[in-house]
Amino acid sequence: MAAIVVLAIAAAIVYTIAAAIQSDPTAFGSGWAAVGHYVFHRLILQGIIVTLELTVLAMVIGIILGVILAVMRISPNPVVSSVSWFYVWFFRGTPVLVQIFFWFNLNLILPHIGIGIPFTSIWWQVSTNTLITPFMAATLGLGLNEAAYMAEIVRAGIISVEHGQTEAAQALGMDRLLVMQRIVLPQAMRVIIPPTGNETISMLKTSSLAFAASVTELFTRQQQIATATYAVLELLIVASIWYLVMTSILTVGQYYLERRFGRGTQRGLPMTPLQRFRRMLVTFHAPPPATQEVPAVLPSEHR
Amino acid sequence: MAATPMVKAEAVHKNFGRLEVLRGIDLEVAPGEVMCMIGPSGSGKSTFLRCINHLEKIDAGRLSVDGELVGYRQQGDKLYELRDAEVCRKRSEIGMVFQRFNLFPHMTAVENVIEAPLRVKRESRAVAVDLGRRLLERVGLAEKVNAYPNQLSGGQQQRVAIARALAMQPKLMLFDEPTSALDPELVGEVLDVMRGLAEDGMTMVVVTHEMGFAREVGDSLVFMDAGVVVEAGKPKEVLTSPRHERTRTFLSSVL
Repeated sequence: MAAIVVLAIAAAIVYTIAAAIQSDPTAFGSGWAAVGHYVFHRLILQGIIVTLELTVLAMVIGIILGVILAVMRISPNPVVSSVSWFYVWFFRGTPVLVQIFFWFNLNLILPHIGIGIPFTSIWWQVSTNTLITPFMAATLGLGLNEAAYMAEIVRAGIISVEHGQTEAAQALGMDRLLVMQRIVLPQAMRVIIPPTGNETISMLKTSSLAFAASVTELFTRQQQIATATYAVLELLIVASIWYLVMTSILTVGQYYLERRFGRGTQRGLPMTPLQRFRRMLVTFHAPPPATQEVPAVLPSEHR
Repeated sequence: MAATPMVKAEAVHKNFGRLEVLRGIDLEVAPGEVMCMIGPSGSGKSTFLRCINHLEKIDAGRLSVDGELVGYRQQGDKLYELRDAEVCRKRSEIGMVFQRFNLFPHMTAVENVIEAPLRVKRESRAVAVDLGRRLLERVGLAEKVNAYPNQLSGGQQQRVAIARALAMQPKLMLFDEPTSALDPELVGEVLDVMRGLAEDGMTMVVVTHEMGFAREVGDSLVFMDAGVVVEAGKPKEVLTSPRHERTRTFLSSVL
């Protein structure tokens, strides 16, 4: 019943759009041809590479820092856990766009960045503009912001692991770090991975905010072409197609990751869609022998 | 003079907030002794067991294992809290078996058993796996080496848990109601393994409701109630002719 309602609504929407296009076929003009033309444009493809680099780097920063923050947060040391709390409060409480702009404009308050060993003459210094490139500013902005969200996700995962697991590991003489690394985190993965997959998919799209730091990622590239050619809608469609392709691939990857970390929680893993498809083909060609044995019983009943 | 007691408790106190869980426990466990602890739930017997390997800190009194204080170091007449690494090293010498097994669900039986020898003792994989297989054979699970915990029955899981504790070659084994979470028909297989351990001379402290086991295998029996040891002695004497009214009431309700 629910399926019929949903299908009816979907059909109505498709019909409305189709009717609108039919009533004025010139509205989008040769739009689809332009979409086809730009979809593999060199600049677009270059933009995709940058988008992927941004996403991967920001997620790596986010995940590593997130795990550290989560472990800090549950530390018995109040200073350590407060620092973690403060970090999450600050980075989750300010817009990521503001953070990207902040790193992008860091040179205004800090023209040089230096590192050295106190009380010695060893000092190394670099101009902020050399170190914080637009790409770096966007990576830092996205990654440090992501860490705040990942910290909460990892913490939820850690909390989901039964306390008896920690006690059993401690009773064997394992220290805090070993318990975390070998016992708690691997089990927390089951809870951590689905939202992390969502975060990665979300990051792929949020990385378009790097536009603000003029990083030449996918969104910036389509915008540049659109400005030059006036094919605004066409290029938005091109960008959307690519974002959809990339998020679809990530969704498949997420499915297999979840399976991998679900070990030991179910008796035997469920079949993958591919396995189910193959099983279906096999049963089509050769019916299982059980069905052939059935008639042998039937005649006796007829007698 | 007798040998150093394996466990020695003197006026051990433990509070959870305002609740006094242990109100002065005095007892001794000799090397090779099997001591069973019985008592109503909330009497503090599990808490005392957890104090022995420092899963809980004691608030007053002295508790030592094999002549060394648990969780503290004495210098002159001052006590210093041990560093985490030292606490871990001491825990590694004490095996513990839990009511709810607490096997690591993401590891197979043998991986559960070899985890601590590999990571804590840093033994080579070959040596650890060999030991792991022998221990699983000893608890009657030679053919379940590669099974995950959720593919095992409760009794089998508890036997893996015992093998896991034995893998660190402990000098003392603590059992926290090891058969309470099991279906009745699976209790026997776990008690058999524990009986075998006792026969091999392992020092054991067993919190249990299995009076039969306490009577046959135990060298001593302690009855606890409301955070104190009410009565202690030979299992047969305590079970058949208890001296205290509270012991009598408890025994009549469980036997």
